[in-house]
Parts: sequence; C-alpha cells; structure tokens
Amino acid sequence: MATAEKGVVLLDFWVSMFGQRCRIALAEKGVEYEYREENLGDKSPLLLKMNPIHKKIPVLIHDGKPVCESLIIVQYIDEVWTNNPLLPSDPYERAKARFWADFVDKKVYDCGVKLWKLKGEAQEEAKKEMIWILKLLEGELGDKKYFGGETFGFVDISFVPFTAWFYTYETCANFSVEEECPKLVAWAKRCMERESVAKSVSDPHKVYEFVGVLKKKFGVE
Amino acid sequence: MVSGGEVKLFGMWASPAVRRVEWALKLKGIKYEYVEEDISNKSGALVQYNPINKQVPVLLHNGKPIVESLVILEYIDEVWKHHPILPKDPYERAMARFWAAYSEDKVALMCRDAVRRVFFAEGGERAKAIECLEETLRALDGELEGKEFFGGENIGFSDLVLGWMAFWLGVSEEVASFEVLDPKKFPWFTSWIDNFLQVPAIKENLPPRDKTVAFFHGYRRLHLAAPNC
Repeated sequence: MATAEKGVVLLDFWVSMFGQRCRIALAEKGVEYEYREENLGDKSPLLLKMNPIHKKIPVLIHDGKPVCESLIIVQYIDEVWTNNPLLPSDPYERAKARFWADFVDKKVYDCGVKLWKLKGEAQEEAKKEMIWILKLLEGELGDKKYFGGETFGFVDISFVPFTAWFYTYETCANFSVEEECPKLVAWAKRCMERESVAKSVSDPHKVYEFVGVLKKKFGVE
Repeated sequence: MVSGGEVKLFGMWASPAVRRVEWALKLKGIKYEYVEEDISNKSGALVQYNPINKQVPVLLHNGKPIVESLVILEYIDEVWKHHPILPKDPYERAMARFWAAYSEDKVALMCRDAVRRVFFAEGGERAKAIECLEETLRALDGELEGKEFFGGENIGFSDLVLGWMAFWLGVSEEVASFEVLDPKKFPWFTSWIDNFLQVPAIKENLPPRDKTVAFFHGYRRLHLAAPNC
C-alpha cells in the first residue's frame, strides 16, 4: 500500500470541510506538505490506491503511508507533531473534545445537505434541526474564546470549515445564523483571524457558487 | 481489581455498544457499578448525564459523565494505562481508529448499518443489502489476513469496537433468517470470531443468546410494523 516517497502529501478537494480540517491542523503545527487537488469525478490512481475502501478525500500520506478520515488524520497529526497540542492534556477534557468533534461529524454535514437539497416541509424540518444543532454547539462554546478554551483546538478545527457554509445554509433555507447564534458567528470571526484558518477555509460565496452547480446537477431548483 | 475513583456504567443488557465498554473495563480489571437502564422509560440519571442523545452507554467516573462508546474506550485507555487497548505508535493508532470508524460510520453505511439494512430488508431489497454487507466482510477479512486479531497477537481497540459482530451478527442471521458468515468466503473473519469469543473477558461478558435472539425478534417486529419510528 505504501509508496516510496518521503514527506507529507494531502489528497484533497478545494471546498471539502473535511480536507480543510487537515490543512488547518498541518498549518497550526507548521508542517510542510504537498497539497494535491483531486478531481472527484475522475479520481487519481494514487487516491484509489491509498484509500481503496472509501475512495474519498482527504487522505494524508506520511512517508508513503496513508491515513484516512479527517478526524483520525487530525489526531494523527497531533500525535506525530507534538508542538501546539490540539487536544487538551486532561483525559476528561479530551473525552469532551472527542464527543463534540464527533457530534459535528454526525450532525452538521447531513443536515446541511438537506438544507440545500430539499424544499418545502422537509427543508423546514432540516432548518429546525440545523438551528438545534447550532444552538447546542453555541451552548458548549459559551463565553469561551474557542471551544478549546483559551487555546484553539480539536473541536474548533472540526467545526470551523463548516462556517463557510453558513451563508449557503442561510440563503437556501431562509434564516440567519447570526440571529440564532451570535456567539458562534463571533467565534467564527475570531478563528478567521488565525492564519491557518484564513488560508484553509473557503470563501462563503465560492461555496454558494459550488452548491449552485451541485443543485443543477441534482436537479434541485 | 483496579480502582481509581468511583466508576458507574449505565447500560442495557442487549446493547453491543454497552458490552464493548464492559469488555474494556473487564480487560483492565476496573471495578465498576453497573446500572441497567429501561430504554422504554429512561431514568432521570440518563437524561441528566446524556441530555443530547439520551442513550446508553454512559460512563460516570467520579461523578463526571462520558458518552459515546468509542469516546469512552479512549477515555478508559487514557486513565487506566495498564493493559493498553490502543497501540503506542501514532500510525498504528490511526489504523485502529480507522477500523473502529469502519464499524460505526453511518454516513458511509459501514458495518453496523450494513447489518441493519439486511436485518430490516424485505423482499427485493434483501439481496442488495446482503451484497453490501458481504463487501464489508470482505474488507474485514482482508485486514485480518495473517492476524489472529485486528490488534495483532492480542485484542485491541478495533477488536473491541468490531467485537459486536462476533456475537450480534450471528444473532441477526438467526432472527432475520439470512446467512453471511461463510468460512469459505471469509476464512480470516470467521476465525477471528472464534478467537475473539475465546478471550475470557469477552466470553464471560456476553448476553444470554436465547434471550438476545428473543429480544431482537421483538425489536425487528416492532420496526417492521412502524418503520419510521
């Protein structure tokens, strides 16, 4: 499965929130890597070789060995490059961080897809669900600077790429994230002040354009 | 028995996710109090400790709740460091976590959902669902080639997370009348089942088979009668 190459390669797709998590983690650690853009309509032989089971990006290839699944990649990065730890040191705090990152994974993406794919009653239901999800996250954030407290960390990295999709969610489903969750929006702005985030997270308007293309493809108005 | 503060586990006897936490606790010799939850009538404690999902398992350590079985396993491994469940090497850890995710991933419809689909499939859907499930078994079989356990010579994180398949897949086959566990098709996986079930901490911590079969018969009937519940 391994190639002979030394160094770090990230197989990714420009707008992927999952890929962006990895980019942010690598940047936070100051790790040099080669970014390779995948054409998801025509996946490279390398991607298919490195992730034969899921055939998905992101894939981190470190000295020829592949690591798949974005949160697994972020933890791997945290464990190999031990400067600027992304997870807290206390086991209970780590468990809470893992819970919330897992919560983002299980809830935000799927609900987000419903928001732009569905219409009418179904979209309304998805909107209510998204607001519930965001309010829970806002509750966990509280008045902290980051989900990690004073330190930008695992949960922040897991969630911040999705903030580029707020504009799309709001426009498709007609609601305002800022009205519902002002603390989350303030947190997103603070995160964007970090170079790692600013360089990795998509421009919200480009995301909206991208979803427009997807909608045409799926025959959604 | 190892102590290290008060440990309580809220569980449900037939639940695979709960058992995997118990297996970890037993492997490490951690003393704990088990509280059986009535899922149809969730206790105040469960709602208090897991307000978002209101599900078992919930581990309470010195009064602090940890939820989601995979999160609980990592927590247990970090607090009680003897008899490690996860390997030390970061790459090995990433692989262990990958196979654990393979068990549970809902989005990619991996093992747990693949079994679910067959379990609830009727008529024409069944053949397709079985094909999907066999694909996951093929992947697991491939990963096990040359190994006794996913963790190598000893059971580890992936074994504990995938371990439900060693018992509950057989139960599902019986309840929903299908057969996928073919030693000719999946020689390594079927051997792994035998190896896994021989480990004392596992062998001594399985629900009674007849009772489990009866429970899942009821569960299946309920779901087929009201599929949107």
